[in-house]
Amino acid sequence: MISVCELLRMVDLEIMASQVTTASTINSLPLLPYYRSASLILVGNLKSLSAALKSSSRMESDSPIEINENSYQVHDFIWHSSSQRSVSSIQSIQSKTSRGHSVKEVSYGELGSKGVRHGSMGAESEAFSASYKEINDDDARLIYINDPEKTNEKFEFAGNSIRTGKYSILTFFPRNLFEQFHRVAYIYFLVIAILNQLPQLAVFGRGASIMPLAFVLLVTAIKDAYEDYRRHRSDKIENGRLAWVLVNEQFRQIRWKDIRVGEIIKVSLNETLPCDMVLLSTSDTTGVAYVQTTNLDGESNLKTRYAKQETQMKNLEDKKISGLIKCEKPNRNIYGFQANMDIDGKHISLGPSNIILRGCELKNTDWAIGVAVYAGRETKAMLNNSGAPSKRSRLETHMNREIIFLSIFLVVLCMIVSVCHGLWLGRHKDELELMQFYRKKDYSETEIEDYSYFGVGMEIFIVFLMSVIVFQIMIPISLYISMELVRVGQAFFMIRDNQMYDEASKSRFQCRALNINEDLGQIKYVFSDKTGTLTENKMEFQCASIGGVDHSRGEDSIEDERTGYPDQGDGHVLQPKMKVKVDQELLNLSKRKHTDEGKYVHDFFIALAACNTIVPLTVETSDPAVKWIDYQGESPDEQALVYAAAAYGFMLIERTSGHIVIDIQGKRQKFNVLGLHEFDSDRKRMSVILGCPDKTVKVFIKGADTSMFSIIDRSLNLNMLKATEAHLHAYSSKGLRTLVVGMRELSSSEFEQWQSSYETASTALMGRASLLRKVANNIEHHLSILGASGIEDKLQQGVPEAIESLRTAGIKVWVLTGDKQETAISIGYSSKLLTNQMTQIVINNNSTECCRKSLQDALAMCKNLTTDSDATSGGSGTGGNQLALIIDGTSLVYVLDTELEQQLFELARRCTVVLCCRVAPLQKAGIVALMKKRTDDMTLAIGDGANDVSMIQMADVGIGISGQEGRQAVMASDFAMGQFRFLVPLLLVHGHWNYQRMSYMILYNFYRNAVFVLVLFWYVLFTSFTLTTAITDWSSVLYSVLYTSVPTIVVGILDKHLSRTSLLKYPQLYGAGQRQESYNGKLFWATMLDTLWQSIAAFFIPLLAYWRSDVDGSSIGDLWTLGAVIMVNVHLAMDVTRWYWITHAAIWGSIIATFICVMVIDLLSFLAGYWAFFHIAKTELFWLCLLGITIGALVPRFVVKVFVERLRPNDIQIVREAEKFRSSRESQIEMNQIFDPSRR
Amino acid sequence: MSSGDGASQSSSKKSKKPTYSRFTQQELPAFKPILTPGLIMAAFVFLGITFIPIGLSHLSASDNVVQLVDRYDEDCIPTYNSNPEEAHNKRIQYIRDASTNKTCVRTLIVPKKMRHPIFVYYQLDDFYQNHRRYVKSRNDEQYRNPSAERKTANCEPEAVNDDHEPIVPCGLIAWSLFNDTYSLLRNDVPLPINKKDIAWQSDKTHKFGSNVYPKNFQSRSLIGGATLNESIPLNQQDDLLVWMRTAALPSFRKLYGRIETDLEANEVIKVVIQNNYNTYTFNGKKKFVISTTTWIGGKNDFLGKVYITVGGASLFIAIAFISVYLVMPRPLGDPSYLSWNKNPPSN
Repeated sequence: MISVCELLRMVDLEIMASQVTTASTINSLPLLPYYRSASLILVGNLKSLSAALKSSSRMESDSPIEINENSYQVHDFIWHSSSQRSVSSIQSIQSKTSRGHSVKEVSYGELGSKGVRHGSMGAESEAFSASYKEINDDDARLIYINDPEKTNEKFEFAGNSIRTGKYSILTFFPRNLFEQFHRVAYIYFLVIAILNQLPQLAVFGRGASIMPLAFVLLVTAIKDAYEDYRRHRSDKIENGRLAWVLVNEQFRQIRWKDIRVGEIIKVSLNETLPCDMVLLSTSDTTGVAYVQTTNLDGESNLKTRYAKQETQMKNLEDKKISGLIKCEKPNRNIYGFQANMDIDGKHISLGPSNIILRGCELKNTDWAIGVAVYAGRETKAMLNNSGAPSKRSRLETHMNREIIFLSIFLVVLCMIVSVCHGLWLGRHKDELELMQFYRKKDYSETEIEDYSYFGVGMEIFIVFLMSVIVFQIMIPISLYISMELVRVGQAFFMIRDNQMYDEASKSRFQCRALNINEDLGQIKYVFSDKTGTLTENKMEFQCASIGGVDHSRGEDSIEDERTGYPDQGDGHVLQPKMKVKVDQELLNLSKRKHTDEGKYVHDFFIALAACNTIVPLTVETSDPAVKWIDYQGESPDEQALVYAAAAYGFMLIERTSGHIVIDIQGKRQKFNVLGLHEFDSDRKRMSVILGCPDKTVKVFIKGADTSMFSIIDRSLNLNMLKATEAHLHAYSSKGLRTLVVGMRELSSSEFEQWQSSYETASTALMGRASLLRKVANNIEHHLSILGASGIEDKLQQGVPEAIESLRTAGIKVWVLTGDKQETAISIGYSSKLLTNQMTQIVINNNSTECCRKSLQDALAMCKNLTTDSDATSGGSGTGGNQLALIIDGTSLVYVLDTELEQQLFELARRCTVVLCCRVAPLQKAGIVALMKKRTDDMTLAIGDGANDVSMIQMADVGIGISGQEGRQAVMASDFAMGQFRFLVPLLLVHGHWNYQRMSYMILYNFYRNAVFVLVLFWYVLFTSFTLTTAITDWSSVLYSVLYTSVPTIVVGILDKHLSRTSLLKYPQLYGAGQRQESYNGKLFWATMLDTLWQSIAAFFIPLLAYWRSDVDGSSIGDLWTLGAVIMVNVHLAMDVTRWYWITHAAIWGSIIATFICVMVIDLLSFLAGYWAFFHIAKTELFWLCLLGITIGALVPRFVVKVFVERLRPNDIQIVREAEKFRSSRESQIEMNQIFDPSRR
Repeated sequence: MSSGDGASQSSSKKSKKPTYSRFTQQELPAFKPILTPGLIMAAFVFLGITFIPIGLSHLSASDNVVQLVDRYDEDCIPTYNSNPEEAHNKRIQYIRDASTNKTCVRTLIVPKKMRHPIFVYYQLDDFYQNHRRYVKSRNDEQYRNPSAERKTANCEPEAVNDDHEPIVPCGLIAWSLFNDTYSLLRNDVPLPINKKDIAWQSDKTHKFGSNVYPKNFQSRSLIGGATLNESIPLNQQDDLLVWMRTAALPSFRKLYGRIETDLEANEVIKVVIQNNYNTYTFNGKKKFVISTTTWIGGKNDFLGKVYITVGGASLFIAIAFISVYLVMPRPLGDPSYLSWNKNPPSN
């Protein structure tokens, strides 16, 4: 007997041999991260591998299996390496149904930030390996069924009470503080405050120096406390819910938090699962339970879970059940589970389909009983309870660069002060002892000592530290807080924007990440998914080719109110929930069962109604006589087909695991489902074996055209096949998604042979999935073709206009889709992505060499074109020689992660449009990464499905469409919205605003803090470099907290230089953000120059005006404070473009508040400056100085501003003027319909 | 701050259409200022025609101030004809010797008529009353409250005397109180200097106690400056109060008193100075100043010059702007100036 191991090695060799031709590719393949995932499937070597498996499975059936680890490594290698060649397996039609697998790749694969702990193996290989893999005792948890005490002997398992709250009352302060100090800025703050506590360094009063930090910490702590309080409240509700638990052989209601691991729990219809449990039995005799996982992954369709037959049979209430489950340690992989169960001496393996998770809801099943395996915080739902990964905005990254400049500047200032102080000490070293204002010697003791004098070196050092304390706000810490607040404000406006509210899904815009708002204003590349993003993903059955005859819905299509044949069996009229337009001719044809044509139609619709995994649900309606049938299923294509079948009178009304009931033209017929080969992405088809009412056994198969034509018997009716093929081509070029349907009648011997192997396979302990696949392959051949269906994936409303707008804005839109090239191109045309003027470059190769050649050709061609016409300018506009690159997933395999990447990048950069078709989820991320790595331009990825998660996470900005396909994408995204077209207001309007506001705010904050620091610095030069501040401690502290902070936040949230209308009318205005016009190094240095001048004006005007007068320090300090504050606020006022009453209140209010604060400070008799303000404010000179400071400091800036606006106006300026002076004429014309959903 | 969760939760729960308000849609009524050429010109011209007059009146006010400044520290000390270092030491010895008579008479001639009140100041140069160690060396609580006389925090090294009794008023500032005295003779007739109300009223009422008396002041070997009459409460010691308002800059004047009569031009004023205060150790300068004041205070024309400069510059800019406007007129909001209209992508 050959061991499995050897067999696998043989396969390995075979693969090697077959790979000789493409050896170079193979060598590089293991390096391709995108293909290392095992959920991609064998194609090229499928035959050889399945042959190997065939023989190995034969052995399995009669011999106990002993497999050593090595063989599986070998196997894994084959699996991986060969799967890398399976590019053509990317699904055109049912790619969405393999979502479970792709999610795994996405979340836990190479790209996932959460590590690869849970393996990058796909579900199939996992299922394959799960059954044989003994779980190591160390890594397992043992659960004694119905014996919670024994299970949790060591008290190591969590109880079922959950705590999402982070803190308790006791731990709040230490933990919250600890978390807050993770921010570097705060540590800087703290170090400064601590330095200031040292008596030698105490520059500020101790209270004054702590205050800003304390204030910030307090605000954050209050916010955190409130959030935590809300979490505690919801935890309490959650923990107090009731569940039925088996106690002393009776089900009793206990609270959720008291549930323990090992207990047996009964859940009824529509109840929520209290913990993760292994199913033992369900109300369904076959052990099926349906669950809805909306709370877990957001997908609203029903999923099936199974109880093992061994436990299903038991009557739990009568007989005490006992057993042992050995399962893996709690982990966050919601799609994986491995366990073994020992019950009644039998050893059963459990997989992901046997566990139902906390948070799911039981549907369509009266009750389910299970044993708790993970509880409380160890449930998969709770382990997954973490937010989206945080990204850092481009602006903030750039800002950090400037912060470094400021730090250097700070150090330079401090060095100047300390070195000068050292020089001063040196020059006066003979005089220090008696100098009245220095008094180096302390004569109060008998022994005369130095008084607080530590030698020149030490003094210099102390002065250095003191100057750091005094000049600390050079690093604008308040800026970080202001930015947070501004972003919250911006998010508020984005969420509340009526134009980004989706009526259809009733969903608002969502800001899930709060720190990249301003990135929305700088996007250069948009990577879009197609299905569900550009299109609605509401599949609609459009046309069918049945028996070689095309039944495209023509002019005569009708929408029959009474569509379908209402079933009146139990006094109710059953109607499908969704109406489908029907083709009258086809409808008539379907009723004539006995003609040849009618027979095809009949079988075709039976196939549509039967060959699926749809679960029909009966829903009550407002009309008691009518019930709706709602088809629940994982694939929207299948739903569309079943609805179509129902419309033509083949209504699926019941499905159990053993049979289905189809209402055919008003007559109920029961079909026994003898076997079902589920869709998998390597066969790309599914089949169902039906025992028909007429006692025949038929296999119905539907699948993608490529996979179907290979198994159709070409000897039968070749003409029909040809016709169907032609129709298919026509459909897909219309942008329809196509499926081919076939059937075969099985002879009884054939059936029996199949049945036995099917049973063997489905009860096999090892490699069940691949065995089943093999069985399926054996039966799926020699089909006769029934026809093909065309399903329309409707374009979302406003998509072409939105794409047009984005393109005018200079944003390049790339579409990455799993669809076929023809479909993708046709959608490209209908969405105006592609136009007739464009030169299309199609790259569609399957070897590295070909790819290289076509890339080189394409590059050469586009270089020619670009030199002909200078189209490089901006990339916008509607020039003639635009290029469109169309590349498919197969080619990408040879390009991504090889040296060809650079060429692809060069090419893609020159193209206006790039269309990638038949790409796998990880390839999508790869493409995004390709652009992200090589350019500084911002990327945005938008998608709706789980297959887009990787690209959403990869891109600088990820946007999820909360659409039909669950919430996976939304959960991973930074922003979520209802429709693709909202991208236009989001980017062009909000992004633009956010960017302008934020960049102005950052520059302004740098300026306002630096101005103040410089004013302090100039004064220090006149105090023999000893860091005396004329400005009181309290004013120094309040300056950035109170005197100048509110206006910048208000302006940062509210100011807008252009109205929404103008921004939408001139999408080109978006370029300002892409070109980083509002925040760049040049602007920073210009601002700093201005800052220098303003600080000189603010300091030296009072200084020289009061030179040699009897003014005291406090009075002139008040003048400097007020001068700086007024100047800084008027500076802001000068730049405000839109004055709301709030802006007025904030700016003038701040100035008034400063006056009040200065007065209050001068009313405190224990401070040195008592009454100083009231003395100096009596003099005219004081007010003349204030006016002089404000005007003198700001005139240069104003002059530059005025002349720039006049002579070199930027686009924003011109449109702003146009808005004001031309608006009366042109207003309201441009309210383009796409931006106003209510008009559609 | 990751409040993203909260935001998304709340928005997904009540996924209703946001209620329309002009605020949430950012459509609040607003004033949108545009800097039109007319406005700009008006602004600059306005700046010019307001600032120049203010500047001129400031200058003339400064011009009207009559002040006499006499530096006396060099002349009121014997000259020692030895090497500089020795001379320096001898000077210090001289000034620190309390027993010698340091009277010094200076003669000044009034250049112009001076109307009363005429202010008498002493001016110190290179005396860092704003030195950090110095500024901090005081304790306001002790000055205000008789029961707090032991509170001498921050006052070192002038906190306690050799017997560890607290010094009132403590601290370096009080210790170094200026102690030159002046008396004036006009045509050899004594001219009284009114030393009443030279300190701030607020200091007298709130900052210094009416029942706090000097104690142990200048009782140690090193004398920094003036002694205080122990029978007069602190708030009556006007010279101390003036001195304790530390000056902002290293060159400063402090009010000494007022002359309540007019001085005519060319009158001869004799100043009898008791030259006690030691600025010789650090080469500080001492000056005697009598000055009239106007609405801008003392003689200082800097601000006037600033105003005239700003005003003049504004007018100049206005002219420059007009010429730019005439040479290169640009209609406001003309779409043809938009970058994408100026250089359309060539076909």
